[in-house]
Amino acid sequence: MSGATILSVDRLTMRFGGIVAVQDLSFAAERNKITALIGPNGAGKTTVFNCITGFYKPSGGTIRLTHDDGRAIALERLNDFRIAKQAKVARTFQNIRLFPGMTALENLMVAQHNALMRASGFTLLGLIGAPVYRDAEKRAIDLATDWLKRVNLLDRADDAAGNLAYGDQRRLEIARAMCTEPALLCLDEPAAGLNARESAALSELLLSIRNELGTSILLIEHDMSVVMEISDHIVVMDHGVKIAEGSPRAVRDDPKVIAAYLGTDEDEAVAVMESGS
Amino acid sequence: MTVISPETASASRTAGIPALLKTAFVNALIALVLFSLMVGIRTEAGSDGQLTYWTRFGDVAALVAAVFGGSIVIELLRQWIGSSGAEKLIPPAVQSSMSLVGRYLAPALLIFTVLVPVIFYQQRYILDLAILVLTYVMLGWGLNVVVGLAGLLDLGYVAFYAVGAYSYALLATNFGWSFWVCLPLAGILAAFWGVLLGFPVLRLRGDYLAIVTLAFGEIIRLVIINWQELTGGPNGVSGIPRPSFFGIPLDNSDNGLAAWLHIEYSTTHRIVFLFYLILALALLTNWVTIRLRRLPIGRAWEALREDEVACRALGINTTTTKLTAFATGAMFGGFAGAFFATRQGFISPESFTFQESALVLAIVVLGGMGSQLGVALAALAMIGGFELFRSLETYRMLVFGIAMVLIMIWRPRGLIGHRAPTVYLTKAQAISSDLVKEGHG
Repeated sequence: MSGATILSVDRLTMRFGGIVAVQDLSFAAERNKITALIGPNGAGKTTVFNCITGFYKPSGGTIRLTHDDGRAIALERLNDFRIAKQAKVARTFQNIRLFPGMTALENLMVAQHNALMRASGFTLLGLIGAPVYRDAEKRAIDLATDWLKRVNLLDRADDAAGNLAYGDQRRLEIARAMCTEPALLCLDEPAAGLNARESAALSELLLSIRNELGTSILLIEHDMSVVMEISDHIVVMDHGVKIAEGSPRAVRDDPKVIAAYLGTDEDEAVAVMESGS
Repeated sequence: MTVISPETASASRTAGIPALLKTAFVNALIALVLFSLMVGIRTEAGSDGQLTYWTRFGDVAALVAAVFGGSIVIELLRQWIGSSGAEKLIPPAVQSSMSLVGRYLAPALLIFTVLVPVIFYQQRYILDLAILVLTYVMLGWGLNVVVGLAGLLDLGYVAFYAVGAYSYALLATNFGWSFWVCLPLAGILAAFWGVLLGFPVLRLRGDYLAIVTLAFGEIIRLVIINWQELTGGPNGVSGIPRPSFFGIPLDNSDNGLAAWLHIEYSTTHRIVFLFYLILALALLTNWVTIRLRRLPIGRAWEALREDEVACRALGINTTTTKLTAFATGAMFGGFAGAFFATRQGFISPESFTFQESALVLAIVVLGGMGSQLGVALAALAMIGGFELFRSLETYRMLVFGIAMVLIMIWRPRGLIGHRAPTVYLTKAQAISSDLVKEGHG
């Protein structure tokens, strides 16, 4: 272990033409903790995510990921797939992006592509059916089975991902991201479209990922019941800038957050906050 | 590849006669516009060179009426045997017996194919046709890697067929290398060109990818036509050596295979040998493709077809994944090309027109993208079916085209519209084609 910070974002700026989506944003995510990024619609949360996961190249600022062994990686210099492959950052998407025509199990096998590719001798050993590859594939299936159990989808393993219910697809996408064995898991609105029971199950799953596997989680979420329950640290954004930061309790009582996040009418805001939590 | 969605199909079903008539009327109107000039007015040079013309409005009326009636018939057919309702209407007992047929269809076909030269030994025409069908089965399986698995629309596949054919032809005629040495070289060269094509088109998707691959196919053909010193230009390459049975020539000489086996020489020997050669090559293609599908690279191809963004988020290098798909498909095209050259003994650029690419692509689409058995059946239907209609002469293309349209209405996702999973825990379930993506380039 070297240092408590796994991800530090420093003066991150992202411009699209004349529009500044994110301006001078700085925050840090701690290791083995759940950090939530919240804010009203259009605050620039997903833009920050896309910068961290390499889908956008930031206009300015640095994003530094520090691994367990002290290795630091500048994410803003890596491009798309290398962030997942080398920096071990996995992500899910706001609008679920599974492989709908492949089974749940296949989805999790694709996630282990890089490990399996090495084991198959970049296809050559696999083509001749070398035992090395067969063992590796068996282990990959075991890992996938393990994750299907965790997200409670074992009996749907051989069903097409596109046939799963919405909530199941959400959980499968998290399982798929975890099958890449990431150091940092980035979740873009994982509770969107889930009912109360499914949200509770999701909170439990995320807590177990943090507690049992020690994976750090960065989370964008609108569902305050989930955010307040599981987050260790919350960063609040509005109009591309950070307006508050702190523990769930501190953020919740921050009048600036209430004003920005839930409208200027504070009475109404407080009422909504209470009913949401 | 527009798929009639269940909603539109059911909507048209409930809409009833007014909608039916409206569709038919619109179609008839389009026909009227088209035919009024093409058929309605006939022009010809008169005896003194002046322009004479006469009208044929009766014919136009007949054609428009035919289109009107035909639209109604097709619309009714679509509603009765339409894609969306078909699977639900079939009772489970029939479905299970169909899946039984499905399970034994491939082995039965394979056994029959192996026995074709025995059964039809005396019928040279059928043997030649079988070789042609198998060549297209192999090309279809090769293109299936690119289009069916990786979801990259390639309209210039014939380029790799040409590279393979010319590689063998030029190496064999210039250096006298044997077929068995040239075959892998032809494959490697074609794969190399596949990678070369792959690089510029990596960032392109969908229509743009299709256009660039189409252009690539034409460029290769034009280079072959114009590089006269190397390829002989439009005259082609002739005198390409026939394949030998591992060094033993298949001819009437004293050291030929017939003399060696002490049997009477017959020209059919070579045809039978060619048949088994292309069968072996096609089966190799099939075996490798099936193996690759179950390897990480094959899964990455299919994942790329399903969702490229998700692939990148999982750390898959989409660049190399696309290039390997192009290279693998091209390699099989190269093998098929080398076979084509040795079978024909003469090749010219005319054999490698866009029509060939379109035909192979049609086989892949008709077969059901990604399905090996479907592609084989489609090749049989396309090449064999085309021969079947030979007696119709002028109307051959017309009947063939109508047959294709009907098949695509009946099965819009191809003959075999299911995807088999590559790995399973308890039971492999076929995945409905409605869920499987077609790729976007």
